[in-house]
Amino acid sequence: MRAALRSPVGLASAVLLALLVLLAVFAPMLWGDRAAAIDTDALQQGASAEHPLGTDQLGRDILFRVLVATRLTIGLALLATVIGVGTGLLLGSLPAVLPRWAARIVTSAVNIAVAFPGLLLALFFAVIFGTGTVGAVLAIAFAIAPSFARLTQTLTAGISGRDFIKAARVCGVGRFRLLVRHVLPNIAEPLVINATLAAGAALTSFAGLSFLGIGVQAPSYDWGRLLGEGLLRIYLSPASALGPALAVVLAGLAFNLFGEAAAAAAGGRRRWRGKPVPHHESTVDDPGDGLLTVRNLHVTFPGGITPVRGVSFTVHDGEMIGVVGESGSGKSLTALAVSRLVEHPGSVTADRLDFDGRPLRSIPDRDLGTRLAMVFQDPMTSFNPALRIGRQIAEVSEVHQGLSRGDALRKATDRLRAVRIPDPGRRAGQYPHEFSGGMRQRAMIAMGLMGEPKLVIADEPTTALDVTVQREVLKLLARIRTERSAAVLLISHDITVVAQTCDRVLVMYAGRIVEELPTDELFTAARHPYTTALLAAVPDLDTDRDAPLAVIPGRPPEPGEITAGCPFAPRCPLAEERCRTEEPELSALSDGHRVACWKSEKELALAATGGTR
Amino acid sequence: MSELFFDRVSVRYGHHLAVDDVSLVVPHGQVVGLVGESGSGKSTLAATAVGLVPVTSGQVLVDGERDRRRRVQMVFQDPYSSLDPRMSIGGSIAEGMPRGVDKKAEVARLLELVNLDPGRASSLPARLSGGQRQRVALARALAGRPEVVIADEITSALDVSVQGAVLNLVRDLQRRLGLSMLFISHNLAVVRYVSDRIAVMKDGRIVEEGPAARVLAEPGHEYTRELLAAAPRRHARLEVS
Ligand SMILES: Nc1ncnc2c1ncn2[C@@H]1O[C@H](COP(=O)(O)OP(=O)(O)OP(=O)(O)O)[C@@H](O)[C@H]1O
Ligand code: SF4
Ligand SMILES: [Mg+2]
Repeated sequence: MRAALRSPVGLASAVLLALLVLLAVFAPMLWGDRAAAIDTDALQQGASAEHPLGTDQLGRDILFRVLVATRLTIGLALLATVIGVGTGLLLGSLPAVLPRWAARIVTSAVNIAVAFPGLLLALFFAVIFGTGTVGAVLAIAFAIAPSFARLTQTLTAGISGRDFIKAARVCGVGRFRLLVRHVLPNIAEPLVINATLAAGAALTSFAGLSFLGIGVQAPSYDWGRLLGEGLLRIYLSPASALGPALAVVLAGLAFNLFGEAAAAAAGGRRRWRGKPVPHHESTVDDPGDGLLTVRNLHVTFPGGITPVRGVSFTVHDGEMIGVVGESGSGKSLTALAVSRLVEHPGSVTADRLDFDGRPLRSIPDRDLGTRLAMVFQDPMTSFNPALRIGRQIAEVSEVHQGLSRGDALRKATDRLRAVRIPDPGRRAGQYPHEFSGGMRQRAMIAMGLMGEPKLVIADEPTTALDVTVQREVLKLLARIRTERSAAVLLISHDITVVAQTCDRVLVMYAGRIVEELPTDELFTAARHPYTTALLAAVPDLDTDRDAPLAVIPGRPPEPGEITAGCPFAPRCPLAEERCRTEEPELSALSDGHRVACWKSEKELALAATGGTR
Repeated sequence: MSELFFDRVSVRYGHHLAVDDVSLVVPHGQVVGLVGESGSGKSTLAATAVGLVPVTSGQVLVDGERDRRRRVQMVFQDPYSSLDPRMSIGGSIAEGMPRGVDKKAEVARLLELVNLDPGRASSLPARLSGGQRQRVALARALAGRPEVVIADEITSALDVSVQGAVLNLVRDLQRRLGLSMLFISHNLAVVRYVSDRIAVMKDGRIVEEGPAARVLAEPGHEYTRELLAAAPRRHARLEVS
């Protein structure tokens, strides 16, 4: 919500809303008397300096009446919204706590109600409750409720498939607590946004009902009634109708625009607002004319947390680069920074961040969307559970390449075939939950192939896949690279995966690259103590079952815990005094081999081959 | 004693038979490793044990009893979706605790157990990396003091150095607490390290089951041999076919 205030529209509508609330609270106190003052000397006057909007048939000032009516108008609209949203929320979440048969009845009832036209419902209630405020409030409330119930149901269904809900169920968490503690908080944002939009709609509908004479009745008055009265005299005194009309439009707009700004802020992709920082020069001999050139990349979060601290590397056309490192070492954030997906409040800075010969920040979303493909660590959460796979994949091309719906879907089916999904036509019509993990991952890659990507960034694409499928996905990435001459940046915590597929490997630790070397030298020439420890820790089919597995003692530092010195020092068998005070820079050991360590090449070689296994 | 017994379990999704007449025993205090390709029904079988998926036919028993609430706990595959993004990690862990324990102290103990700083109990999962989240998930499963633990690909998102620590930890805890465990993983080296017995699943059926050493040394089924061949080895490069 706070992000909504950052856009101009959001800010303007928020100011307008605040103004309306102030008016609603204070106008009746300040001007209540004057709005009610009958002046028989000034009946039905037009606009004048004394009465800017004219007077009504009892000589009351219309401007003051409009101002005073803010309270009733907004109040009734909000009341209707609250009742409507509350009912909708209740109906929408009931199926989650009721037994199955009862849930089905509620769901069908909601479905029928959604199909029922709102205005008809309103008239129906007006008949039941009699024309008047109560009838109108209930009418509007019950017109809002069904669609809100449907929205709640859809969102709840989307969240219910997530593992954390299952995990809570396995722990024995009851249905009600599940709903209140896990489901509702996670769908609150879209619900609040839609409630704001509903309030705007309620306001205008209410004005409409009052205008038609089935809303607020005399002697009370709201904008709708003032509008109705004013309209009778529109040719004589246009201001008396335009005043309340303007009020309705402005207030309606304020609610709607604020809701939309909030929605945009919630769903939007944040732009990278980078400014280069001069400190921490990282030495790279490469001139940096690669497809992707990253120099001294930092990703910072508020509170002085810097999970990525001066990363520099280059990816050339058609190259396959692996990034390995422990959990939390900043691999994903590096990938996200390169795809311009670091979310607020994270901020990205770099001396250079160029893609395809241009600064990344200057590339329009549309171009980036087709030239750079990102495959995420968690394929389940990257697909919308409520949409068919084919549609979601096709959407990329509709948006970025302007294809028609049919063409985009055909292309999507073709790409699904390209990633070897059997029977792609039928599969395109299925929902994400009907795909297995490996197929979802391949579908994700298919989505990336809808453009003509020059770089595919795959963040742990094979995590949680079993060997045979893992091999398939890796082969697929390798094939994309040979067939489409796209470069691949493969992020993995599994050093064997990287060793099997990549040309070069970047080893990350605590937000920095500590070693870079060609993969075919990985098992023979790796020199950094962290890399060698990592290699020793991989269990294989000959590991002694009775001994504990080799582990690196301790744990990697949290981004907030990084102090001066080499971050690996507390876990490093070779650490010496200097390691604890000064951080080594990444420097060339030989051609294509860079290491960040204070020890000499000889000392490192000895330790890697002799000492610690 | 707590023995998990899948008694001729079948699960049907529409026309698709995800689990096909599977009988499998996880003996008391032992670890049964379950391997198989994606979509072979491993996770579905696991889900029937904790009641997340109803069985179409057959039954799941713990010590011959059908009521197994809280006695069986599960650690999930995907650490990104297995923690509520709006709940502190301490809160998630405490949820599974039986009544009457000192929740705060217990949360701290469990976090320490899985090598996380107990001071992070109040953090939200978004602040943790994937590996850290998975350790929280492990702590949550242990919070319920279960007798049987289902571990569904729990190390596939972990780093090797941490994976080693977690596997050591899992083995240590399993032995100390006498847990019976169904350990699902795609990584044969990992399964081999923790399991007393190994079961191989394909197309919803268990095609081979036996003592770990025997299954790995003399695989009886063609598919087991394939899996052994596909296990990543250090010096082999992947052929692009
Ligand atoms: N929104 C955030 N606010 C604060 N810290 C964050 C945020 N996002 C990530 N971090 C921190 O940044 C560090 C790096 O995170 P990142 O996700 O890049 O790690 P990773 O190397 O991809 O790990 P994994 O292998 O577990 O996926 C972690 O310590 C994490 O706690
Ligand atoms: S700089 Fe020192 S502490 Fe760091 S890796 Fe090298 S020897 Fe170890
Ligand atoms: Mg990551």
